Amino acid sequence: MALEDAHIMDGLDQLEAQSIFILREAYRKLKPLALLWSLGKDSNVMVWLARKAFMGHVPFPVMHVDTGKKFPEMYAFRDEYVKKWNLDLVLGECPPVEDMDPSLPPAARSAARKTAGLANLIDQHKFRGVVAGIRRDEQATRAKERVFSPRGAGHQWDVRNQPPEFWDQYATPYEEGMHVRVHPLLAWRELDIWRYIEREKIPLVDLYFAKDGKRYRSLGDQDITSPIESNASTVAEVIAELETSRTSERAGRAMDHESEDAFERLRVAGYL
Amino acid sequence: MTQTHSPSSQVRHGVSTPIVIVGHVDHGKSTLIGRLLYDTDSLPDGRLVQIVESSRKRGLAVEWSFLLDSLQIERDQGVTVDSTRIPFQLDGRDFVIVDAPGHRQFLRNMITGAADAEAAVLVVDAAEGVREQTRRHAMLLRLIGINHVIVLLNKADSIGFDEARLKQVEGDIRQLLGRLEINVNQVIPASARDGDNIATRSEKADWYRGPTLLEALSLIQPPASRHALPFRMPVQDVYRFEGIRYVAGRIERGTVREGDLLEIGGQGQEATVAEVCRWHAPHHPVAGAGESIALRLEPDLVPDRGDLLFPAGDEAAAPLKAARLRTRLFWLRGEPLRVGESFRLRLATAEHDVTVASIDAVVDLDDLSLSPADEVPPDGFAEITLAVARNVLFDPFAPGMPDGRGVLVDRHQKIVGGAPLIGPAALPEGAKAIHPTASGVRDAVRAGLRGHGRAVFWMTGLPGAGKSTIARHAEEALSREGLHVTVLDGDTVRSGLCSDLGFSPEDRRENIRRVAHVARILADAGQIVLVALVSPLIRDRAMAKAIIGEDWHEVFVDTAPELCRRRDPKGLYAQAEEGRIAEFTGVSSAYEAPEKPDVVVPGDGDVARSVRHLTDAVHKVVR
Ligand SMILES: Nc1nc2c(ncn2[C@@H]2O[C@H](COP(=O)(O)OP(=O)(O)OP(=O)(O)O)[C@@H](O)[C@H]2O)c(=O)[nH]1
Ligand SMILES: [Mg+2]
Repeated sequence: MALEDAHIMDGLDQLEAQSIFILREAYRKLKPLALLWSLGKDSNVMVWLARKAFMGHVPFPVMHVDTGKKFPEMYAFRDEYVKKWNLDLVLGECPPVEDMDPSLPPAARSAARKTAGLANLIDQHKFRGVVAGIRRDEQATRAKERVFSPRGAGHQWDVRNQPPEFWDQYATPYEEGMHVRVHPLLAWRELDIWRYIEREKIPLVDLYFAKDGKRYRSLGDQDITSPIESNASTVAEVIAELETSRTSERAGRAMDHESEDAFERLRVAGYL
Repeated sequence: MTQTHSPSSQVRHGVSTPIVIVGHVDHGKSTLIGRLLYDTDSLPDGRLVQIVESSRKRGLAVEWSFLLDSLQIERDQGVTVDSTRIPFQLDGRDFVIVDAPGHRQFLRNMITGAADAEAAVLVVDAAEGVREQTRRHAMLLRLIGINHVIVLLNKADSIGFDEARLKQVEGDIRQLLGRLEINVNQVIPASARDGDNIATRSEKADWYRGPTLLEALSLIQPPASRHALPFRMPVQDVYRFEGIRYVAGRIERGTVREGDLLEIGGQGQEATVAEVCRWHAPHHPVAGAGESIALRLEPDLVPDRGDLLFPAGDEAAAPLKAARLRTRLFWLRGEPLRVGESFRLRLATAEHDVTVASIDAVVDLDDLSLSPADEVPPDGFAEITLAVARNVLFDPFAPGMPDGRGVLVDRHQKIVGGAPLIGPAALPEGAKAIHPTASGVRDAVRAGLRGHGRAVFWMTGLPGAGKSTIARHAEEALSREGLHVTVLDGDTVRSGLCSDLGFSPEDRRENIRRVAHVARILADAGQIVLVALVSPLIRDRAMAKAIIGEDWHEVFVDTAPELCRRRDPKGLYAQAEEGRIAEFTGVSSAYEAPEKPDVVVPGDGDVARSVRHLTDAVHKVVR
């Protein structure tokens, strides 16, 4: 056959195709739908995949739940790409930290604040689908997640009683007040994200790249995320660094380490 | 980890092979994976320390399973609840290891983990041998189409790697899998806890010549390419951006090229592929299986979601077409399945209204034999026939292929079973042929017309408990508020629809079955149905519930037996006690009160109060 053949798909192609499929399912089945844009690397990849799915458009709002504690660079990035990517940005605020359960350890309290901000925003707009960029390899309880993860009224994750999900058939909500968290990046690993960023040339905030021997591997709020020692100042160097790294990505996130089940409890309550 | 040697040339860069670990509860699946990750040095720094700490806190030696059992309840109970997927590298090849729960209660989670696996490791406790979930999981491997199975005889340490005993278990398991037509690739005696024959060869089983688990994993072949098969793309959605219409979908098999003539199944129309569209990728006129793409068609037709695109004008390359479908069912609902129930059949992006036309055979898990039965039990397997209102286009299910992957969902979009489509079903003879048609009117539309939701309140209670009286009063009260109510009363139906029936257990069951179907039809029409029927047996009410589905609400009219006897409005108790009525509930045959009724209406006080109890419950459901 002299004609051109179909591409042989590599791992990134497969992940991309599956994520596009998931985003298209979400857009078709869950209305209104919104995408959580935390401004970090994963959610930028997610916005990018949405543009792949919808021929350069993002046909639903992107939400930024603003803790007010992000790095200034992140706000600048947000304002720049809202315009460049023609995004319909919906902003949400978080209640003051003093309103949160004082018995929680500090980082968990900060997470609870974000959860509350997210819950308010979802309720206010009555979103039935919320696309979030979590990955299984980030954290052991996230490894238990569904691609379509139904949340009851009150946004609780009923982790002991998740619906079956197979053969690309996903649960869609069946009661008032429910919504579904959609996770198109669940199967991606940290390295996949970086290789895809490299391949597609997806823009990122500079904080991910080393300055004075330090860079951020994961970006949360300023007060609860710490940088790692690194000299990786380009995407290619980050990839090379990760290929030999043995520490986990969220090592710099305080809330994961406050107690054995701290993260699980946060997630059950509606945290990402 | 640095790569020591390159993977086999067929493995494409970065493509992951999912492997699921299955088997009976506690046979050591999670332990095995934990140990595998540890032995291959695949754990991130600090993880081992956490596990040692979690184990110590619970007074245990190192519990490798804690690496997978990340939920608090799992560690506390020592049981896996939900499946986990862990990326894993072996000699530069990527795997995803899926830990599946073994407990029967979590079967749906096992399927969630296993359904897309390319190979499975079936873990069997060498001392316990084949158990119930070993069989159930093996059956599921067959139904979801996993053909490559490695058997691990775990905990061989507990029987000292005794060759004779291990050979015995091996024989049992080979027989089981053989009957299911599953290829057994290796049977490996091992100890997950101690690491014998997992990553390194054990000296304790010096008689064993086969591979370690790790070696067996590296022998798994990547799946065959689906490019050479006839093209299929189920339409996922249709978009219009900047005046251009895009038909979006994922190619399930085959390839498509600009200029190809396609048939739009479901519509019976043809169109040419004008462009294969992708965003932010170099233009390429061809796309193949697995790609999520968008097509521009010429003429610019508007297919529906679920329409199947396939090559036009080539009979050999066309899918099958049938309105009666034979399926192999794995049933996941907590209640049994019965003939006559209706569902939506999801097939890729298509959805069809289907009715269970017959249950052809049910699998007996003890010996895997097939036998006729009236119902499919929870977590059961069966061959059933589905009847569809319109023809369905499909390719029969085949292992490792995306074809024919039917899934049944109830009216709330909950998945209740997997139904791989085996092929078209023959029409039964003459009068028995049924061709149910489904209504195109959506529930929400009907609710809008009526101004309220629908429901069936199934009132059960002793003869003389007051069911009919309460139902009739409630009917009046609700009608006055403008609600659409119908009462199905035991005596009333027996004077017409069921006048051919007596009071034997079989006839009572048939009576209940008919009333349930009528209630179902009325509810479908948007009515609120009050059924007043003794319906003494839990089993029969369960049948009615299965027929009626999610609209079912069980109401127990709770009246003391002595009071019913004293009231005896129809003089029946008196006659029964004189022996003039046989099998009279409450006298000569049993009444089984509901264990967990949705509503309890006290039947021995003021009638108005009882009625209010019922109408309050109705309001809550339909408003
Ligand atoms: N002696 C011995 N004990 C083992 C071995 N493998 C696992 N066990 C023990 O068996 C028990 C159950 O192990 P798990 O790995 O949790 O079993 P599982 O199959 O994952 O169980 P579920 O996921 O709940 O179905 C634990 O106490 C393990 O320590 C083994 O090779 N030898
Ligand atoms: Mg387990």
